[in-house]
Amino acid sequence: MSIVKAKDLTFEYIRRDEEGNVDGITTAIDNVSLDIKEGQFIAILGHNGSGKSTFAKHINAILHPTEGTVWVDGMDTSDDANVWNIRHEAGMVFQNPDNQIIGQVVEEDVGFGPENMGVPTEEIWQRVEESLKAVGMYEYRKKSPNRLSGGQKQRVSIAGVLAMHPKCIVFDEPTAMLDPNGRKEVIRAARALNDVEGITVILITHYMEEIIHADKVFVMDKGKIAMEGTPREVFSKVDELKALRLDVPQVTLLAYELKKRGVNLPDGILTKEELVKALGL
Amino acid sequence: MLRDITLGQYYQSDSVIHRLDPRVKLLGTVAFVVSLFLSDYFLGYLVAILFLAICVELSTVPFKFIVKGMKTIVFLLIITVVCNLLFTTGTTVVSFWKVTITVEGIRMAFMMALRLSLLILGSSIMTLTTTPNNLTDGMESVMSPLKKIRVPVHEISMMMSIALRFIPILLEETDKIMKAQIARGADFETGGLIKRAKALIPLLVPLFISAFRRANDLALAMEARCYRGGEHRTKMKPLKYRKRDGIAYGILVIYIAAVIIVGKFGIPVGGFVW
Repeated sequence: MSIVKAKDLTFEYIRRDEEGNVDGITTAIDNVSLDIKEGQFIAILGHNGSGKSTFAKHINAILHPTEGTVWVDGMDTSDDANVWNIRHEAGMVFQNPDNQIIGQVVEEDVGFGPENMGVPTEEIWQRVEESLKAVGMYEYRKKSPNRLSGGQKQRVSIAGVLAMHPKCIVFDEPTAMLDPNGRKEVIRAARALNDVEGITVILITHYMEEIIHADKVFVMDKGKIAMEGTPREVFSKVDELKALRLDVPQVTLLAYELKKRGVNLPDGILTKEELVKALGL
Repeated sequence: MLRDITLGQYYQSDSVIHRLDPRVKLLGTVAFVVSLFLSDYFLGYLVAILFLAICVELSTVPFKFIVKGMKTIVFLLIITVVCNLLFTTGTTVVSFWKVTITVEGIRMAFMMALRLSLLILGSSIMTLTTTPNNLTDGMESVMSPLKKIRVPVHEISMMMSIALRFIPILLEETDKIMKAQIARGADFETGGLIKRAKALIPLLVPLFISAFRRANDLALAMEARCYRGGEHRTKMKPLKYRKRDGIAYGILVIYIAAVIIVGKFGIPVGGFVW
């Protein structure tokens, strides 16, 4: 079943000058159609300004399409009556960990979503406990968010979304402000949600290493979908990715260069282990 | 470290007073303040002092901690005492140059000083024993009847708790910007008042821009998590009255009655009724 579906989606930012006259129109998303199935791990890649974050905000009904339609679990995001149901089914984790934590104590922040949804008190506690355990932050439940590291804060934010029992979570560059360790923590948590809880994960990023486990990758450029396929398919087209100013993981690049110089290797090698095996070392 | 600062003046402990419902403490403080204006004689204040002493003892907050709060009003206290001493007319005690001090003046000055000190001490007991978080919750609940006259009670308390969450973050950011500007040659420390105020501009502008950006992000994050104001909202930690809160209310009523009754009697000392 499809959880997120976009048909001919176009979104325009209208720039206005000081008098409010239209100064120019930027098309952030240009006629995009895609279909994401329930339970998938999807990665959306793209350079700055490629429209990937704008697309993410459509899934949560924060932005509405200028043209075309987006459906989340069969609900049209342009219909105001659906807004709260959509936000409940499609959670969102943002980039800056400090700017999305509302509570002064970890557990209170995780409880914020269920509180808004009108979940009864006992059930809120149950959900908070489950969600914090799922991201491995249960022992920090009484701490102030200010004392956590970036990766831990992001995991609290994930727990906060998880406590709303969504079907789908959109991660909008969740690791852009983290150190390498924090990045790993967050990606591990996202993968666990997808594997264990079966939640659809849509990961928006520009770090190539984070997408090798995805079921499907969309590469966006100038508001259009430039490439799509499995990570292996996408990474086998090194030249195309370079033309889009995206880097491939070092291992993939090495394998690509070796192959160009006549070493017999399969296309789209993603991990060190794979390369070692393919080289027969 | 800036991120470790405690806001307000909460003193961590696990006393009976700490565990009381914040609503009891809020209403109790209001009742205490009112009680200070109910009696005209010293005996009534004696009851108030006694009551406060018991509360302080029960709260397990060290007395010197509580007195710290008095520092801020020393100046106000002195002005009050001097004004009352000098400008109250009545039976003269001493008179020199153009100044006359009267019996009534001494009495007034003493009473006002006592009243002010008790007021501050009484309210510090509340802030010392209640976390800011709990306090905002309590306020939301106590003020909820005001919703009927369209006071946005929930929004006010939400704003207060968000402000509390962001104060340490913004402080840290101020520190960062300050260091960045110093590294670029900004001078925050020398020069007169005007020069220093001007020097703050390169600090305040980026700080404001960043604060607005944060506010925008936070609003988005809140909406994404289904926040739509106070309606249809349940509470993770609802305020619940327990037995001890009922007892505390009972004690408050007894206290007010005691102040009213005792406050009717004065003791004649030094040719005047105290």
